[in-house]
Amino acid sequence: MWIEPSELKIERIQVLDENGKLVGPDPDVSDADLISMYKWMVLARVYDQRALKLQRQGRIGTYAPLSGQEAAQVGSAFALERQDWIYPSYREGAACFVHGFPMKNFFLYTMGHLKGTDAEGANVFPVQIIIAAQCLHAVGGAWAGKYNGENSVSVAYVGDGGTSEGDFHEALNFAGVYKLPVVFFVQNNQWAISVPRSKQTASQTIAQKALAYGMAGIQVDGNDILAVYVVMKQALERARNGSPVVVEAVTYRQGPHTTADDPTKYRHKDDVENWLAKDPLKRMKAFMVEKGIWNEALERQEYEAAEQKVSDAFEMAVNTPKSSVEEVFEVVYEQKTAQLTEQQQAAGSVVGVLK
Amino acid sequence: MSAVTMIEAINFTLKKEMERDSKVICLGEDIGKNGGVFRATDGLQALFGEDRVVDTPIAESAIVGAAVGMAARGLRPVAEIQFFGFIYEAMDQMAAQAARLRFRSGGRFGAPMVVRAPYGGGVKTPELHSDSLEALFLHSPGLKVVMPSSPYDAKGLLAAAIRENDPVLFLEPMKLYRAFKQEVPEEDYLIEIGKANVLKPGEDVTVITWGPAVPLVSKVVEQVEQAADVSIEVIDLRTISPLDEETIIESVQKTGRAVIVHEAVKTGGVGAEVSALINEKALFHLSAPIIRVASFDTPYPVPSVEDDWLPNASRIAQGLKEVLTH
Repeated sequence: MWIEPSELKIERIQVLDENGKLVGPDPDVSDADLISMYKWMVLARVYDQRALKLQRQGRIGTYAPLSGQEAAQVGSAFALERQDWIYPSYREGAACFVHGFPMKNFFLYTMGHLKGTDAEGANVFPVQIIIAAQCLHAVGGAWAGKYNGENSVSVAYVGDGGTSEGDFHEALNFAGVYKLPVVFFVQNNQWAISVPRSKQTASQTIAQKALAYGMAGIQVDGNDILAVYVVMKQALERARNGSPVVVEAVTYRQGPHTTADDPTKYRHKDDVENWLAKDPLKRMKAFMVEKGIWNEALERQEYEAAEQKVSDAFEMAVNTPKSSVEEVFEVVYEQKTAQLTEQQQAAGSVVGVLK
Repeated sequence: MSAVTMIEAINFTLKKEMERDSKVICLGEDIGKNGGVFRATDGLQALFGEDRVVDTPIAESAIVGAAVGMAARGLRPVAEIQFFGFIYEAMDQMAAQAARLRFRSGGRFGAPMVVRAPYGGGVKTPELHSDSLEALFLHSPGLKVVMPSSPYDAKGLLAAAIRENDPVLFLEPMKLYRAFKQEVPEEDYLIEIGKANVLKPGEDVTVITWGPAVPLVSKVVEQVEQAADVSIEVIDLRTISPLDEETIIESVQKTGRAVIVHEAVKTGGVGAEVSALINEKALFHLSAPIIRVASFDTPYPVPSVEDDWLPNASRIAQGLKEVLTH
């Protein structure tokens, strides 16, 4: 019997519709947590918009914006326990902040500072540049966590484009074979730079890719923070019990791939506008206002507070002493080699030669 | 311990290190029940269980990438790449991930892991099983590259590699796995990574070599010394990254002549780096140009011609003669 992809029916989990109306079962999240999740999304949005402006002003370098993906990132990270680990790609600032990564250091990263990947003790691996390479580190981390009895889950954050990489598939295969406590959280934001999701894979959904590796997958509305949160809680529980899973959060990259890119070259305005109507912040705000736990005064207050937090973080980044070439020699090996010592001295000795 | 082969020394060392430290785990293709295609891990799964001697799916990138993830979270993985020619599959995880993790995490995460792989010619293997690709990793800051040439060295260097807090590529010359036996102490000893071994002192010329070429070089040197009134110093590098510059430079300053012998192809090989180093630091001590005796700049050839392609006794003798008569 042939197994036909068209016979596979995959439901997209939704709790709030595009207008913020409850369409799924009430997720049983406390008002305090609802407000907290929303505040994280506001902070992420304000940070993201500020970073874009700072890049345009030449104050930071190339930046990969996350606007549109706040619900996917905050909702998933909010579900984590402290001992869980995030293995991020380069567009995961919001998830990293929620899990304790200091915003200041994300600014430093975009400013080309050596401290840019310093999680300051949070369980966040350094931002990964090579697409999907972090999936294998999450697998190895989960393996170590299981071996050491840590009861922690490792979460690999990857995009729809990343699911085309060999490392993604090798990681899923290993996770399935060894029953590792790992969640592959795929933000399907529809675009891998200029290539649409339809050209990335012929698979109807990314969620179903899990099946071939002997694990469960689920597709969730990635702009619905409550759906993401609920699904991620389930995912983490399954993973903690030795069943790795794939979560596909369907979302949208509202901005360019990076500040070096012009998306008007490859995607229609209509597509963007269609997705802006599904904005994750608008939706959650409408739900909270309807619920009577949020209002315009609080909204203004929260945006002002977020602007201040972002200003403070950037200010701290700006005031961090700059990296120097002498420092690069210190962390290549645990102990500097003779060659590096010699080159470090040489790097210092040319200062003033051309004067 | 009685006299053992290199493969027995490696097997014994893995066992001892796994007994010593429960964080040491082995992973790779066919390393469990089968004990590895060369039997390096023979019997280890029976001793330590499937959680510590792990048969993996055939996925080199995942073997190395998972090891990186394990190492960053407190394990000491020893990964086996079945043949070094397969390492291209794991190139990103080796050179961009394992090598750079300490640097790109600002020193927070090291990758205390070993990647073992058999390599080198003379065994009449199928295609892509014999290539000597060490130079690729000399060019990857953050990695250490160790290339033993004897059972004694393999034991002391492997134990040191497993206890090292940086990633080590440990290359095992398959031609030497069972080529000869040597007395190897059973008790624990370490050989320092990054230090070369002066195998034999001499006055007139320095031969710098490593890995599978070492026994051949030693034999040729003996013949040449017997045939002519010359005294030849032989350096086995043991580690090619980081290079032991001090030992190389001191020797060449003394002898004034150098021949470099390696099995890898000539252009851009480790020999080129050693030669450049001598030029930078001992040029005015030289009485003759430095000669590299290496394999030819072609893909590794078919088994029927490999003996004429690899640096053989005649080519090494010829190199020595050229340098000595200059």
